[in-house]
Amino acid sequence: MTTAALEVAHLSKRFGGLPATKDVSLSVMPGERRLIIGPNGAGKTTLFNLITGDLTADAGSVRLFGQELMGMPTQQRVHLGLARTYQILTLFPRERLLHNVVLSLLGLDRRRWNPWSILTANRDLYANAHTSLERVGLGEAAERIVVETSYGERRRLELAMALAQKPKLLLLDEPLAGLSQAERQTVRALLDAIPRDVTIVMIEHDMDTALAFAERITVLHYGEVIVEGTRAEVVADPRTREVYLGD
Amino acid sequence: MTRGGILALTLCAVLLLAVPWIIGNEFYVNMASQVLIYALFALSINMMLGYGGMVSLGHAGYLGIAGYACILATIAGYDQLTAAIFAIAFSTAAAAFFGVLSLRAPGLGFIMITLALGQIVWGIAYRANDLTGGDNGIRHPARPMPFGFDIRDAPSFYYFTLVVFLIALFFIWRFSRSPFGASLTGARDQPRRMRMLGHNVWLIRWLTFVMAGFWASVAGVLYVYYNLFLSPHAISLQQSAEILLMAILGGASTLTGPIVGAAIITLVKNVVSTYVERWNTLLGVIFVVVIMFMPHGLVPGCTQAWRRWQNRRKRRKATAVSEPAQ
Repeated sequence: MTTAALEVAHLSKRFGGLPATKDVSLSVMPGERRLIIGPNGAGKTTLFNLITGDLTADAGSVRLFGQELMGMPTQQRVHLGLARTYQILTLFPRERLLHNVVLSLLGLDRRRWNPWSILTANRDLYANAHTSLERVGLGEAAERIVVETSYGERRRLELAMALAQKPKLLLLDEPLAGLSQAERQTVRALLDAIPRDVTIVMIEHDMDTALAFAERITVLHYGEVIVEGTRAEVVADPRTREVYLGD
Repeated sequence: MTRGGILALTLCAVLLLAVPWIIGNEFYVNMASQVLIYALFALSINMMLGYGGMVSLGHAGYLGIAGYACILATIAGYDQLTAAIFAIAFSTAAAAFFGVLSLRAPGLGFIMITLALGQIVWGIAYRANDLTGGDNGIRHPARPMPFGFDIRDAPSFYYFTLVVFLIALFFIWRFSRSPFGASLTGARDQPRRMRMLGHNVWLIRWLTFVMAGFWASVAGVLYVYYNLFLSPHAISLQQSAEILLMAILGGASTLTGPIVGAAIITLVKNVVSTYVERWNTLLGVIFVVVIMFMPHGLVPGCTQAWRRWQNRRKRRKATAVSEPAQ
């Protein structure tokens, strides 16, 4: 059997008395597209934060291609091939789009420790960043400041920053949130174009896109996994209808 | 670099070199040396403040550690160069240790720990009578003779300080434009995101803390060479606060801001104080006025005002051209 790209086992997290993640286990195969759904407060983003190390889990384990991540600082997990986008945009608002991507590239580049060379003289970094922006259709906007761009462009910038790192596992936290219908189409096409050597776990509320995109679906409710299976299985499951689709 | 930039840079260099000739008066030449020394202090604190968003209230501590170390090593019989290197290395090592302690806490906690550490250095200088001479201070035997040059008189000491200052300025300028500098400003604005991009935010901040401590130590040794004397008064909380104010007044996060701030505060302190008794009040008024009208400090404020003025002139010209056509 091949090792799972992401193996979460018995993961738990409490905020005070409130359990946010209760004994969550899930396993995502390499190249898989996994969708995580669940009502507001189901603990979807908390799960992401536990996987990235933004939050420390109380118990359980997270393995990335067999390697235990628990107790490892966030930046080290990133060096192992983990990347994410944020539901609430987390960018460098006063910088150019190009600089945002350069910071992303620097994160995995040893040159980030160099206090002596001139950053802009590192042409290859900028060329690379430009390619990443072109990939999400922002080549023309590379020189603009983030605050001067539209919300849709910023969403795509988030994606460009994550993809620039060539991650093995990509966590997408509502990549379509707040986008217009036309913008959704663009981002959807971008997601479809991501090669299969990138494993993707996505939280998304837009059911049309999400269901079309994902092969397997995990339903979270009050911090627990209640249903998991293929698209058809999950949609057909009465528990899904009960907690999520309403009925 | 633009032609205007090269011109401005050349003009600055010529002016800096010509200071002793322009001024002539020894008192004011010494003042210029003092401005450069304080400018280096302000530049070093600004590496943390402006680029890293870390407010330190203990920066005078490095003046104390490097200064006393330099004096004591010289008195102990070491030659000046060895004493200076030892002093700077020792003080930088202290910065490395202080950094570990200070970076335990973010924001306000950081300020309070740096404040406490600065006060501890001050307290030791004050209490350790046998070593530091306590309240009476301690004398440095003599200025060094770098490469055989005599720097005892005011103009040659000014040139010595200028050389050290320019070397430091060059390094700090490169720092501010470097990949490391970009990581530092990134960590200032979005620490969480930076971690998620693979950056070790703690280490970035700590290294900055150490580098700032290094340049402050260099300034501390210059301070001792200039005054040939060090007492706890020179490393009090007020000194730390003044260095911080220099950077803020001139404009943190710009390279030239701290230099301008250091010049203004040093001149008001030393020159205006001979005419105005309440110079401290005057300094306060200057500070309040600048911050009210230019919240980001003098240099960014003036740059912005200059741009606005130029835009307005351009627009006026444009309307003047288009009007006859109507």
